[in-house]
Amino acid sequence: MANDAPAPLIALRDITRHYGSGEAMVRALDGVTLTVSKGEFVAIMGPSGSGKSTAMNVLGCLDSPSSGHYLFNGIEVAGLDRDQRALLRRHYLGFIFQGYNLLPRSSALQNVELPLIYKGLARAEREERALEALDRVGLAHRATHDPSELSGGQQQRVAIARALAGHPQVVLADEPTGNLDTKRSVEIMELLRQLNREEGLTIIMVTHEEDMAEFADRLIWMVDGKVATDRKTAKGAA
Amino acid sequence: MLWETVRLALQAILRNPMRSFLTVLGVVIGVAAVIAMVTIGRGSAAQVTADVQTLGANRLMLSPGQARMGPGSGSGSARPFALSDVDALTDQLSSIETGAPTATRQMVAVFGNTNHRTSVNGTDSRYLVVSDWRLAAGRAFTSAEEGGRAACILGHTVKQELFGHADPLGEDIRLGTLSCQVIGVLEAKGASAFGTDQDDVVLIPFRTFARRIAGSADVPLITLSMRDGVSTDRAVGDVTALMREIRRIGPGEDDDFTVNTMEQLSSMLTGISNVLTGLLSAVAAVSLLVGGIGIMNIMLVSVTERTREIGIRMAVGAQAHQVLMQFLVESIVLSALGGLLGIALGLALAALGAGLLEVPFVPDPGVIALAFVFSAAVGIVFGFVPARSAARLDPIDALRH
Ligand SMILES: Nc1ncnc2c1ncn2[C@@H]1O[C@H](COP(=O)(O)OP(=O)(O)OP(=O)(O)O)[C@@H](O)[C@H]1O
Ligand SMILES: [Mg+2]
Repeated sequence: MANDAPAPLIALRDITRHYGSGEAMVRALDGVTLTVSKGEFVAIMGPSGSGKSTAMNVLGCLDSPSSGHYLFNGIEVAGLDRDQRALLRRHYLGFIFQGYNLLPRSSALQNVELPLIYKGLARAEREERALEALDRVGLAHRATHDPSELSGGQQQRVAIARALAGHPQVVLADEPTGNLDTKRSVEIMELLRQLNREEGLTIIMVTHEEDMAEFADRLIWMVDGKVATDRKTAKGAA
Repeated sequence: MLWETVRLALQAILRNPMRSFLTVLGVVIGVAAVIAMVTIGRGSAAQVTADVQTLGANRLMLSPGQARMGPGSGSGSARPFALSDVDALTDQLSSIETGAPTATRQMVAVFGNTNHRTSVNGTDSRYLVVSDWRLAAGRAFTSAEEGGRAACILGHTVKQELFGHADPLGEDIRLGTLSCQVIGVLEAKGASAFGTDQDDVVLIPFRTFARRIAGSADVPLITLSMRDGVSTDRAVGDVTALMREIRRIGPGEDDDFTVNTMEQLSSMLTGISNVLTGLLSAVAAVSLLVGGIGIMNIMLVSVTERTREIGIRMAVGAQAHQVLMQFLVESIVLSALGGLLGIALGLALAALGAGLLEVPFVPDPGVIALAFVFSAAVGIVFGFVPARSAARLDPIDALRH
């Protein structure tokens, strides 16, 4: 993009998310402020319990913050109700989970088609787009296979295809390589990196591994529900 | 989208066919019971109507006393009729074709060393006209015989029991102390609407019956036939008026006799079968209820098992009402399939039962449609709670499940 200061795709301001109340209250997010621009590849790291998953849930509109503002494309979404958040996820967001979360006893193709069903696409178009997405992750030849017939790395690539199929503006990945060995992890990260570079896909990813975070342009370090540091990585600086 | 949901539901159901089948077994049995019962009930109602036709739809039965149920009962202390009443009704009323006295007693008929317990009916030749009954062999009573001689006409069953294939005409049989000559054999009529064998009968002249068997000239029952084209109401009116006159019943006094029509008889029989259908339908309703609870139970289990799937669907953008619909449609499709199975099973049972009971097989499209709608409704009612609990799941919790 030629613009020097593009309007941020995502802007969080003073976001909190509290669980429980009184003495037992947990401040999972305790005043998070950050912006993510279109086309960025952001990694989030931090100690266990620092609020990374909570932040991802808020960013992914699976959860509502206790307070603060969340502007998505300049629109306030912090106060949306369940059904409105579902629509937002349907049209703008894609998810990749640590545990793949594919539907068992459904083919790879059916899994990738799932978001398109809720987008109301006709069957033929659905299949075409799902195949396209599977092709993008290099698994078109496994379209008819069940998840149980695929390796962990392949399952995660099917999950990536599912996240891509709906043509989202942002893909959110919470520990996408958490269940994979180093070799598979690197393959997945290279795929995400490629999608980010070649298609301008905005990616926000949580990881525990420094090596994986290095694939991103920017690294956010969270501690105790707050953003501790926010810097460019070697790749981002390059 | 709806078709998509139905397809999805079918997929989920067929993924575990045995469990799905066991789940809907209650509905299958309930619907099958209703369909089988109603179909057989309709068959027997049709059969009753046909049977009443064989009794003679244009018959009236006159019995003494205020009988409430059917002919022959409730006579009690009421004044009996006389033979002259039969003649008066037959001669004076243009609406009445003819009539016959009827007195009945259970006796043992003996021929040689064969005997058979049967019903001896004291009447006269007019009885054959009234009941539209033809002779298979021999002749009716002569007037000389009707004067009190010992002659008899055998029903088909009695003839078979006593004589087998031999010719009974001219032979003497014994009825108690009375020895009488067989002069005729009636055509076979088959079972009555009550299920009794109409052919298990011996007719003897009324006067002979009165003197030698009953020891009284009282006529306990008069059977009348209406003339063609006369309405039942008019004939009943005429008979009532004449009998009140003969029996000197003053205005404002109640009748001390009852006129039964075949319409009453058939409606009584239909009434019995309706009560039966009602009772069995209650049983069916209970079994549908149990079936519905079975569906609810399995759907709740299914929602729990598929919590993660629900979370995934919500994550990719399914709204609560879409999740609700998915599970509701699944339980409707499940119970409707159970309904279809039940309808097929019920019709098969009804066809089998109709064959065994020798009644016509008369499926009722209305009842079949109703049973289907009802089974689908069971799916809605009992699927709602599980579907709502699926829709209310929190996507984050569901994904973590
Ligand atoms: N549903 C919940 N109810 C109560 N407390 C919660 C809930 N979810 C998270 N928390 C708390 O919020 C804090 C942040 O949790 P979160 O899952 O965001 O951590 P995380 O950074 O993702 O940790 P990890 O690296 O182990 O995944 C933790 O203290 C956690 O116990
Ligand atoms: Mg986490």
